[in-house]
Amino acid sequence: MSTVALRYPKLKITQARVMKSEWIKFWSLRSTVVTLAISVAVFIGIGLLASSMVGGGAPDGRGPDLNGPVGASLAGVNLAQLAFATLGVLFMAGEYSTGMIRSSLSAVPRRLPVLWAKIAVFSGVVFVIALAAAAIAFTGGQAIADGGASWSDPGVARAVIGSAFVLTGSGVLGIGLGALLRSTPAAISTVFGVLFLLSGIAGLLLPDSWSTVVEYFPSNAASSITAVTTSDGSLGPWAGLTVFVGYLAAVVAAAAWRLKRSDA
Amino acid sequence: MIEVNELTKRYGSKTAVDGLTFTVKPGIVTGFLGPNGAGKSTTMRMILGLDRPTSGTATVNGRPYAQHSAPLQQVGALLDAKAVHTGRSAYHHLLAMAATTGIPKSRVEEVIDIVGLHEVAKKRAGGFSLGMGQRLGIASALLGDPEVLILDEPTNGLDPEGVLWIRNLMRDLAARGRTVFVSSHLMSEMALTAEHLVVVGKGRLIADVSVGEFIEQASHDSVLVRSPRSVELHDLVAGPGVTVVSVERGAFEVTGMSAADIGERAATAGIPLHELTVRKPSLEEAFMELTKDAVEYHAVNSPELATAGKAA
Repeated sequence: MSTVALRYPKLKITQARVMKSEWIKFWSLRSTVVTLAISVAVFIGIGLLASSMVGGGAPDGRGPDLNGPVGASLAGVNLAQLAFATLGVLFMAGEYSTGMIRSSLSAVPRRLPVLWAKIAVFSGVVFVIALAAAAIAFTGGQAIADGGASWSDPGVARAVIGSAFVLTGSGVLGIGLGALLRSTPAAISTVFGVLFLLSGIAGLLLPDSWSTVVEYFPSNAASSITAVTTSDGSLGPWAGLTVFVGYLAAVVAAAAWRLKRSDA
Repeated sequence: MIEVNELTKRYGSKTAVDGLTFTVKPGIVTGFLGPNGAGKSTTMRMILGLDRPTSGTATVNGRPYAQHSAPLQQVGALLDAKAVHTGRSAYHHLLAMAATTGIPKSRVEEVIDIVGLHEVAKKRAGGFSLGMGQRLGIASALLGDPEVLILDEPTNGLDPEGVLWIRNLMRDLAARGRTVFVSSHLMSEMALTAEHLVVVGKGRLIADVSVGEFIEQASHDSVLVRSPRSVELHDLVAGPGVTVVSVERGAFEVTGMSAADIGERAATAGIPLHELTVRKPSLEEAFMELTKDAVEYHAVNSPELATAGKAA
């Protein structure tokens, strides 16, 4: 009866193999590759545009100062965050909207390895690409801007690496929300709300005494990682990093719980 | 070998699967029969661990599906032809599935050839017709060369040639000792493919019998009688326990009396017979009768059928 075992004796699910599967899934969808390219283009493009205005802006700190020439060259990070988050959402929630998830989970019925593999592959690919993009945006920006900074200036390397980290983290947030909400539109709106609207609305509605709380919002925590110099009242880069990672861990844990517990 | 024991699934107050117990044996094609909404798909999803049972267990080759180290080698499943990302090519879909378990790329190409998708393997699965999607689903079911196949309505959307192909594939796999468990609501299809039947209605087991036994248990043979003196003959056969239904002028159908008895009574009375045909009920008719009962009796199992289940 078991002609099977003789034919492929070494079949077994391993975390590395599930990662390879996710790698194939990532690169075999035109939508992920296109979204990735757009995200990179937005990030670099805005950075170069902002850099070209550095020094030409109005004096007295008005105009596009953006933390000086470094901040200007990395100015695309805010919008790119949304693009990378969307990429993360598509990567995960796309499986639910198309029904692919049932194939994925019948192949890996323990389920959690799929989520870990998705996060690992996504983070690896996106961090490398985002880091390269940040380096290009920074280098290009300094060449364009008046009085550009150099890599050795204090906080520069951290801001560049931090930008890549925040972009990757936003994508992981997208994956987590995609797994949690199982719907592309719902996850994208939530990501936009959390990263884009939340702190702005809170800033408008909450009294000034709450400003410390607002600094703990995901987008504010992320900004303190990417900024070269932090303004008074906002979190320091390492505190910001801790808060940001904390949010990611919470969302991913909730996603893992739902993936494991509920019907596929 | 699939063993399902007291499997139950409730969604809120609705019970989709209600205490199902049955075994699917290797070496034969077992049909999983029931009207739409009888709980067939839910049962299959629970066997594969996609849905969590409210209570009860389902094991494949002695273990819950999720506890096998290479699940794709144990079970190949076609649950839903739409379980594919529409933006990905058939080839990459299968490649990603195979990668999880270390199934070689050569096997991916092999199953593509087996199901006849070679020409379109590099095209987006979203553009596939229902039949092509079904073939892709079967390709992924075959990937691990599994011992157990679970196929939910595999002939859906296939052309006659495709239906014939699936039928032969299932028989061939069963002949090679595999366990083949296939759901359908088309009795005629099962009559041609399955040897054994698990029949469900409203989430409950109605019968667990061989196809022949099923027809016998569910419905009685009838005899078509044609005679120029049919009115006289009608009165001769009528009696308690015998049903006579007129078919047309000069012909009627008798249930509850054997062809031999009818023939002898006619001969004794000197009535000529022009036709005396035993009609075996089709699987379709047998099934209709059974599920009609299931609807009538709801919670209570028909005693006759409960015995049928035990006998099997």
